[in-house]
Amino acid sequence: MSSSTEWPLWEVFVRSRRGLSHTHAGSLHAPDAEMALRNARDLYTRRSEGVSIWVVPSAQITASSPDEKDSFFEPAGDKPYRHPTFYDIPEGVKHL
Amino acid sequence: MATAAEHQTARSEADQAAADAARTAAHTAAFDAAVAADERIEPRDWMPDAYRASLVRQIAQHAHSEIIGMQPEANWITRAPSLRRKAILMAKVQDEAGHGLYLYSAAETLGASRDELLDKLHSGRQKYSSIFNYPTLTWADVGAIGWLVDGAAITNQVPLCRCSYGPYARAMVRVCKEESFHQRQGYESLLALSRGTEAQHAMAQDAVDRWWWPSLMMFGPPDDESSHSEQSMTWKIKRHSNDELRQRFVDICVPQAESLGLTLPDPDLVWNEERGHHDFGAIDWTEFWAVLKGNGPCNEQRITQRRNAHEEGAWVREAAAAFAAKHGEAKA
Repeated sequence: MSSSTEWPLWEVFVRSRRGLSHTHAGSLHAPDAEMALRNARDLYTRRSEGVSIWVVPSAQITASSPDEKDSFFEPAGDKPYRHPTFYDIPEGVKHL
Repeated sequence: MATAAEHQTARSEADQAAADAARTAAHTAAFDAAVAADERIEPRDWMPDAYRASLVRQIAQHAHSEIIGMQPEANWITRAPSLRRKAILMAKVQDEAGHGLYLYSAAETLGASRDELLDKLHSGRQKYSSIFNYPTLTWADVGAIGWLVDGAAITNQVPLCRCSYGPYARAMVRVCKEESFHQRQGYESLLALSRGTEAQHAMAQDAVDRWWWPSLMMFGPPDDESSHSEQSMTWKIKRHSNDELRQRFVDICVPQAESLGLTLPDPDLVWNEERGHHDFGAIDWTEFWAVLKGNGPCNEQRITQRRNAHEEGAWVREAAAAFAAKHGEAKA
């Protein structure tokens, strides 16, 4: 019958409304980008959940490795002074 | 007699094995700690092979159920009694297709391939929920399925939104939101029949009579006979036992049936003050196992229709792939 080559996998990102960024919604198979967009519309916005969709070939995503999650993110771990709550401000001082 | 070089090789192999074992132990400890702390396991995290296999089995079966589940209801689309009911039913069946796709995607994050999953469905190597092997004989069955079958599914699925595997949990959040419409439209449709003519009321009652027991079977075998339950609970794939969820469902349905003006076909159904739950009659597990083994009223029909749909759609998939190749877009 048909060849068993699967259509490529695409990651779908949906902007739920203007003013918000696109958020990962899930993935789907499609033969090309245009079909991926149409399928994404039918699959992830059946109830008006989006005003804009991005589709990205899954194979094009580069991800950090979970094995190195500690060492990779470690540089930020010992810098609590990057947060406003690190600083003691006297009671009553306003607009700070 | 072994040479010095052979001794050397033996030692380095032993060292290697020890290092592998230590790494596996560290991975297992990190995995167990994450599950114990109610953190989510994500696709690229290390996980025990058995956890992965168990999830693939469960998610695939769940996805297949959504896809096969389109058939009994689609059977009534052309004969829906009004345009309103027809539009609702089409939306619902389309949702089921969507749910299947969310779930196949979740299974693929574990390394399963879509083609392989479909193959296993078509060849009977993976199962789908036995409930879909019952026929939809009248229009009232569509209402009964929405109320009871989707109701049971929701009872099962709400706890899955907190499943330890991230992609499965996220898919279930989406599914549960949409299932709520399914259940309410079914209830409303049954209510209209129940309050209609005598014949319509009788049709609604007949549908409930036929769907009640199979719906209770959807929660799976009793706890002491459920083969995958205990391990799934430890891994927090499952949060409640089959019997616990079944009881919850019965307790929810009793007052809903009263409001419908319909009775549940169980003479032993009675409120137990002491337990704070309804007692209910014994389930015919021989029927359950018979349907599961392929001897239900529609097993053959469902899988044949599924295979035909797949084969008859082959030219569309091929044409789309050819179009993409010609335009050089399918680089992914």
